[in-house]
Amino acid sequence: MAYLQIDHVDKTFRRGAVETSVLKDITLIIEKGEYVSIIGHSGCGKSTLLNIVAGLTPATVGGVILQNREVNSPGPDRAVVFQNHSLLPWLTVYDNVRIGVDKVFGRTKTRTERNAWTMHNLELVQMTHARDKRPGEISGGMKQRVGIARALAMEPKVLLLDEPFGALDALTRAHLQDSVMALHQKLNNTVMMITHDVDEAVLLSDRIVMMTNGPSAQIGEILDVTLPRPRKRLEVATSPAYLKARQRVLEFLYERHAYIESAA
Amino acid sequence: MTMTVLKTEPASVLPPAAAAKVLPLPKPERAFFKTSVLPKLKGFATSVVPPAVVICLLLAVWEILCRKAGATLPPPSRVNADTRELIFDPFFDRGGLDKGLFWHLSASLQRVALGYAIAAVCGVALGTLVGQSMWAMRGLDPIFQVLRTVPPLAWLPLALAAFRQGHPSAIFVIFITSIWPIIINTAVGIRNIPQDYRNVSAVLRLNPIEFFYKIMVPSAAPYIFTGLRIGIGLSWLAIVAAEMLIGGVGIGFFIWDAWNSSHISEIILALIYVGIIGFLLDRIVATLANIVTRGTAYN
Ligand SMILES: Nc1ncnc2c1ncn2[C@@H]1O[C@H](COP(=O)(O)OP(=O)(O)O)[C@@H](O)[C@H]1O
Ligand SMILES: [Mg+2]
Repeated sequence: MAYLQIDHVDKTFRRGAVETSVLKDITLIIEKGEYVSIIGHSGCGKSTLLNIVAGLTPATVGGVILQNREVNSPGPDRAVVFQNHSLLPWLTVYDNVRIGVDKVFGRTKTRTERNAWTMHNLELVQMTHARDKRPGEISGGMKQRVGIARALAMEPKVLLLDEPFGALDALTRAHLQDSVMALHQKLNNTVMMITHDVDEAVLLSDRIVMMTNGPSAQIGEILDVTLPRPRKRLEVATSPAYLKARQRVLEFLYERHAYIESAA
Repeated sequence: MTMTVLKTEPASVLPPAAAAKVLPLPKPERAFFKTSVLPKLKGFATSVVPPAVVICLLLAVWEILCRKAGATLPPPSRVNADTRELIFDPFFDRGGLDKGLFWHLSASLQRVALGYAIAAVCGVALGTLVGQSMWAMRGLDPIFQVLRTVPPLAWLPLALAAFRQGHPSAIFVIFITSIWPIIINTAVGIRNIPQDYRNVSAVLRLNPIEFFYKIMVPSAAPYIFTGLRIGIGLSWLAIVAAEMLIGGVGIGFFIWDAWNSSHISEIILALIYVGIIGFLLDRIVATLANIVTRGTAYN
């Protein structure tokens, strides 16, 4: 039985009389504990797809089914880590995580337990040292860590990541990728991650969903990444399976569905 | 002043550093003096000396111009001599309207406080409505845009007709003067809440009340305080004018009364007080804004 199912989803944006079809007939099944990446050229509709799963954007046709129930409004069971962190700047790091904990576990956990759970999640992303800082006082990578802690603390059924490392420099990005990999290993969450970075997709994912260019983007191809876990960045980088997967994705993106500026 | 401070201090600070081995205690004191007291003194000097110099110059010019025979306004020395009693005894109360300046100012401030407080509450509420709802904006915004251009005093006859008393009418004028910038700025602040914050609150499933005080108010706070600051300034502008027409106790009436009895010096003194209090009111709201919006700065 499928855990998360995106079922024949179409999305059309309407602005006045002008209609643009962004997504066309997207069907995707994600199993529990799976790490799935969505890759595609900029503007093809990746964020739109993630927002539909999150419930932030309604699908025009079709729907999303999570554990046999249709989901069409946002909720903490599908926590999102946004590209630009979206921390509330007037709250401290601790309070940014705590606000979610209070909302989700307000009825089921005591105050002490919620405090402990907040601290536990900050610990998972190694951010306890900055618990009393405000988002304006920490670096971009740290903000993204707190965003991840906030999402994890809601104990989501599916973790949705929208280019979570897109705005970071290469070193911070690699560091954070390793952290996310370790967390996935430890917690075994179901993850749907959007990216436009081929290496990131291959390194982190169990499956890579490649999207064709818009308008009316579709799923072009799905690639299983069979590399054993835990994966070590340096060891994996030279393994034939890694290079082959990488090659497949590159071919898809740059030969068969090359990004044409005028068509976008 | 500044020159001597700058020149002598480094010389007197150097020797104790060498003597520190023998006498460890004075060192931190010196360091404290150098890092904490000295910059403060310098800051004080740079912020106080220039205005003091300018004020002295202006007073001198004023004195020279108004000393001459036939001058219509009193020179500062006369103002000082005439208003000595008012300055040094602001608390006297000889019954009726013959009271010290303190009583007049406090009556005006009470009116402003009441009218402004009502305006702040209603303004933020209406601004939230207009900023949040497309239909409320379409319906109310044109009306607000027209009403806000009506000069404060033009409301006074209408208020007198409605309330039949001076006191509530003055409060109404304060209210109606200060509410527009509060409404408009709050609405802009609400409309400018980043979509990200709305998404976060949607994922957290915040209910409307939680959304209001956990997301909306903090996010719009800088805008709301801009409105509140403009509002307090306008209130103080309006109260003096309104009180001139209404009479009774109040700084506006005090000025009008002084004019009727040709006490020009008293008018000048009152104007100085009005200016200083207006400045203080503005600083109070600005300080409050700084405290409340400390963490709100966008990053
Ligand atoms: N709210 C919207 N209204 C109209 N068009 C939109 C809206 N959101 C996204 N689009 C369009 O949908 C397409 C896909 O956008 P998006 O999902 O953000 O792409 P990606 O995340 O893959 O870069 C773009 O062409 C964009 O202009
Ligand atoms: Mg995107």
